[in-house]
Formats: sequence, structure tokens, C-alpha cells
Amino acid sequence: MTTEYRFAVNVLPKPGILDPQGRAVEGSLPHLGIEGVAGVRVGRRVELTVAAADEAAARATVERLAGELLSNPLIEAFTVELLGATSSTISATSPTSSSTSSVGAAD
Amino acid sequence: MPVRIGVVVFPGSNCDRDTTHAVELAGGEPVELWHEEASLAGVAGIIIPGGFAYGDYIRAGVIARFSPVMRSVAAFAADGGLILGICNGFQVLAEAGLVPGALLRNRGLRFVGREVRIAVEQPETPFTYLAGPRRPLRMPIAHGEGCYFADPATLDALEASGGVLFRYVHADGSVAGEIDDPANPNGSLRAIAGVRNAAGNVAGLMPHPERASEAILGSDDGFGLIRSFVESAAAGAGTHRTPELATR
Repeated sequence: MTTEYRFAVNVLPKPGILDPQGRAVEGSLPHLGIEGVAGVRVGRRVELTVAAADEAAARATVERLAGELLSNPLIEAFTVELLGATSSTISATSPTSSSTSSVGAAD
Repeated sequence: MPVRIGVVVFPGSNCDRDTTHAVELAGGEPVELWHEEASLAGVAGIIIPGGFAYGDYIRAGVIARFSPVMRSVAAFAADGGLILGICNGFQVLAEAGLVPGALLRNRGLRFVGREVRIAVEQPETPFTYLAGPRRPLRMPIAHGEGCYFADPATLDALEASGGVLFRYVHADGSVAGEIDDPANPNGSLRAIAGVRNAAGNVAGLMPHPERASEAILGSDDGFGLIRSFVESAAAGAGTHRTPELATR
């Protein structure tokens, strides 16, 4: 029996890496009359579904593609977030509690 | 017989014709290498041209990295084959780990298309030995992600090993600054415009030598780099080993 796991991969520039988009967002905030916001980092979020025998196998697939394709380990770190799981035989949606694991640690 | 130079064509490549033209001018026989084909058609050197391979989705160059042709290009590199990446081609090589570092979004956030000046830092390489007298070379850039980045240790190692091939410079030849210096169009660290790998057979640069290969284009300062590549590939043709510099 395979289960379909829905994941989100969040990719952010590592600390210390120049993030001109984040800086541009920060620079625009005064024009909105917003103060006191700092540390803006702009990244990317990718959601995807993986069919696998269990969560560990699904997560391994996601971590591989996140590390090789969705992020560049020289400049970016990513986290993998499990959004939910659907069993293909009982076709019931059972959202598991959203859990986040840190990979490619951000420093 | 002219030396066969492969020019990789991805969906979104847009400097492949300029590059094949420049290769022809330099006396080579350009061979287009389609991204879905693993065959390198027996070429003696490979140029990865500029453009927006696979739309530059995710990050410039990364999807191209996993194409069938790039597996062959990586094997060619490991075997000592001569490879040059120009602009998007440089980004592809960096994503593939064939040259050190990464190309980030330009510090000024904008796509920049204009002429810049670069200095040849290493005049005795297969990529530069016919560049002519030492002087700033004028050639165009056209990119949104050209800010060269590597961690300080990698940068120091690159400098020490002669891995920095080109730097952005002012008209008088002095090296451009990193921040708020128009001579450094993208904010590249240490004003690095091009690098080569440790083995010395794979190089990449952001500026476009193929677009500065005829006087009618406004500059032919880039032609010496194209000639260097073609002549070097000819000198090592058929061996796939890094060729000795041709007789100067």
C-alpha cells in the first residue's frame, strides 16, 4: 500500500548571503508607513505530493530533490514541512499534524 | 580540417547563433549539441552559450544541469576536456559544480544590459592566451543574476591558485569596487567576472566575448578569448586532455 504525502519545501538564502530582494522589501516599507520591521528574507516555497510506502521514504525523496534541485547548498538552506497524507486504498484524508524539520542547517 | 567546437543548445538559449558565428570567425567548425542528446559528436571543446535555459526557472542554470547533454559535459570535463560557459552558460556550470561559486541576483536587483570593461587576470590560460596586449577589454553584459559569490575561504583559494580569470575594472584598468561602483555592474565579490576550475580546463564568465568579436559590433575585444578557446581546443583535439598552449 502506498500513501500520498503532501509536502512543502521552503527555501531561503542562508544568513549572511546577500538578499537584494529582502532588502528591497525592507526599503519599501517606509513608503507604506510601516516601521519596526527588519530581517526580511525572500525565498521560495514549493508544494508537492509524493507517493511512497511510508513517511520516511517520502521525506527522503523530498530532501533529495530539495537539496539537488530546489536549493543551491552554497547559498540557500531549506526546510521540509509535511502538510498531510492520503492513503490510496482507504482514500481518506488524514492531515497529520504539520511538522517541520530543518535540513541543510542555516549556518 | 577545422576543429569541431560543440555549442550546447537548451530551450531558452539565445546566444547560440552568435557563438557559432564567432567560432566560425575563429576558424572552428561549430557543432550544435541539443540538450536532449547525450552525444557530444566528437567535439574537441564545448561552449555553453548565453540565454535563459529552461526559462531560468527555480534558479538560473539549475534545470539545465540535469539535462542529458550536461551529464556528458560533466564527463567531458572530468576527462580534461575544454569547456567555456558564457553568461547563462557560466550559471549552468556553477550550478553543476564544474566551476566554483554561485551567481546571485544582481545587487541592484535589475537586469543589466550594457558594455563593461574586464581585465584578464591570467593571460597564460587556454581561455585567454590570445587576448592580446594587457588592457581592459570592452564587451557587453546582459544578465539579472551575475553577482559572483563564494565563501571567503573559496575566494582566497581561487585567488591563490589563479582561478580568477577576469575582473570588472574601470577604464584605467583599476579594479572595480564591490558596492556602488558602476564599473562592477552586479556587485560581484572582489569584482570577479569569470573563474576557472582547479584543473584549469573549465571556465565561465558573465560578459559576452562572442558579442564583441567583430569591429562592426562596437568592439572586437572579445574575439581574442574565442580564438584562444578554438586554438586551444585544436591543439588538444581528439585527446580530451587539457591542451598545452599553442605556440604563441
